[in-house]
Amino acid sequence: MPRWSMVIDLDKCVACQGCSIACRMENNTPIVSPSEAALGRSMLWNDVFPLRAEEEGAIASAKARFLTRPCMHCEDPPCVKVCPVGATYQDDEGLVRQNYTRCIGCRFCTVACPYGVRYFNWYEPAWEDGLDQHLNPDRVEGRGVLEGPAVRPKGVVEKCTFCIHRLHKARARAEAEGRDFRPDEYVPACVQTCTGKARFFGDLDDANSTVSLLAQSRRAFRLLNEAGTHPKVIYLHEG
Amino acid sequence: MKARSVHPDNKHEAIILTPLQDITTIDRWLWALLLGLIGLGGYAYVRQLTLGMGVTGMNRPVYWGVYITNFVFFIGLAHSGTFISAILRLAGAEWRKPLTRAAEAITLFSLPFGVASIVVDMGRPERLLNVISHGRFQSPLLWDFTAVSLYLCSSVVFFYLSLLPDIALCRDRLTDVPAWQHRMYEILALGWQGRPEQFHRLERVLDGMAIFLAMLVVTVHTVVSWVFGMTIQPGWHTALIGPFFLLGAIFSGTAAVVIALAILRRVYHLEESLPLGLFNSLRKLLIVFTLGWLYMMVSEFLTIFYGNIPEEMEVFWQKFTGDFTWLFWAMTILVFVVPLLIFIFRGKDSIGWMVTASVLINVGMWLERFVVIVPTETRPRLLYELVQGTYRPTWVEAVITVSMFAGMFLLYAVFTRFFPIVPVWETAEEPGAEVPPVTRRRRRFGVRR
Repeated sequence: MPRWSMVIDLDKCVACQGCSIACRMENNTPIVSPSEAALGRSMLWNDVFPLRAEEEGAIASAKARFLTRPCMHCEDPPCVKVCPVGATYQDDEGLVRQNYTRCIGCRFCTVACPYGVRYFNWYEPAWEDGLDQHLNPDRVEGRGVLEGPAVRPKGVVEKCTFCIHRLHKARARAEAEGRDFRPDEYVPACVQTCTGKARFFGDLDDANSTVSLLAQSRRAFRLLNEAGTHPKVIYLHEG
Repeated sequence: MKARSVHPDNKHEAIILTPLQDITTIDRWLWALLLGLIGLGGYAYVRQLTLGMGVTGMNRPVYWGVYITNFVFFIGLAHSGTFISAILRLAGAEWRKPLTRAAEAITLFSLPFGVASIVVDMGRPERLLNVISHGRFQSPLLWDFTAVSLYLCSSVVFFYLSLLPDIALCRDRLTDVPAWQHRMYEILALGWQGRPEQFHRLERVLDGMAIFLAMLVVTVHTVVSWVFGMTIQPGWHTALIGPFFLLGAIFSGTAAVVIALAILRRVYHLEESLPLGLFNSLRKLLIVFTLGWLYMMVSEFLTIFYGNIPEEMEVFWQKFTGDFTWLFWAMTILVFVVPLLIFIFRGKDSIGWMVTASVLINVGMWLERFVVIVPTETRPRLLYELVQGTYRPTWVEAVITVSMFAGMFLLYAVFTRFFPIVPVWETAEEPGAEVPPVTRRRRRFGVRR
């Protein structure tokens, strides 16, 4: 059973926001108007934002620094703990998932997440200029389950899934070909698209996987480690 | 059902029953006005339902706003009745008797709007039953759900039981009311006869329930606070939040009782049965709560300030000098400074001043709930320098809030026109005919009559 993890090398990240765009197209994230965005209602499952310059030697380090932030898929996720109906849950492979048909829209998870990775559908999702003709048809569906890029109804919470539908497709392909699924057969869209090849994805339980090896790096750190969430997104410090 | 019953003598009986016999034109206008406000709220809610939660001012990261504030406030208001009728009952405070029902009615009629606030805040209210079919007790929201519904049920039972002898009184005395109204009394009175053993049994049940309710008062509002306290967000994640919420709840609840009593006394001419002394007793309680509130404030903010943890300080400064400066200091003045001065220097024997202070306290306590909830959200833990939330409620939230308060007033106003708002049997000269001596069980719980 793999334990999915992502490593982001901030030394290689050029803050092109390619990950954000790839994620948007892959996962059918709704687009909001500029006035809504000004209210803070834009949806960026994978957000890229500038970091504040350090106080000491602010002039010397006037170089802009950026952070790119998917869901941390915490080992001990505060959002899963507080969900009253189990709409958000952690699966066997450590992915923190979101079931759109179960969610009651109480937004407890959104206030509990210290990383702000969760987004609420304030309105029915909408796309401009025929973009809705080009939505990703992939979805994770079952009895009482709707996940992944499936278009969300209004009033529910959504978040980065590490492209769960890609995992399902990769598994199905392996099964169809009558062989075992290998953890290196699948990466999320942001990893695939990354311009600077700054993102790595794989199985943290496999000691020889790229992510496991990079996690050993002296540059490795995790966001808000002090919050006790044990994120599975691992960053490598800018040198 | 032609049961006639024995009723203890109460010389104020006629005055207390007067409001039940004649619904005035003013009443009808008031009810119509309140219904109109509720209708407006309904319109706003339908808009929110059809268009989406986007019609509110909520956003990311301020995911909770006025609705959750209302939820906490209404549940807090509900603590008035249970505090006065349960805790003061156990404490043997006899003076509480005339005002128990007026206070309990506040409990009964504000609780439903606390529950409604949560439903209004939900993005998919039609999935409410998921909480039952897929409920997870790991979530503090489920604790809330359980605590509040238990509280609602037991308050209804407690209220109804203590109303029983008076419904029977209405059944027997009010013979010239419309037939349906009399029929209602007949059914609701459950054939009460007022025999001494009935009164005795009633007292025993009420004593027992009072113990249970006293525990509920403490747990319910603590659990409400845990919705915030159990998260790791700065400003919410403190062990003090439970006791602080509880104190605030009893504080605003007791202040609400003062307002309700003053209105009832004036409108229904109940000066005799609701004497001035009641206000003086409540004044003493309120002084204690005002000072308790200061104690909580100092404990909370001095700890945060001295500890100087960066993310906590972000929220701290938001309140003291940031976006919420006005609300924060207005709250302090409304809840603490002005009411305390009024209580000490003007409140004695003055209903006008007591009501002024109580109104200020309730406005201030609503602000307090708001200032506890929102500033924390505007400064999330990750990168608070970058993600700085703002929140401006829209007219939809305002209208729904107003309509909820209107709903509460309406229920209260209608109730007072159909049931005696001062408990006739409890304030009778010789309570409950002849009540047999204290039994063993009572002594075991240390309950005094």
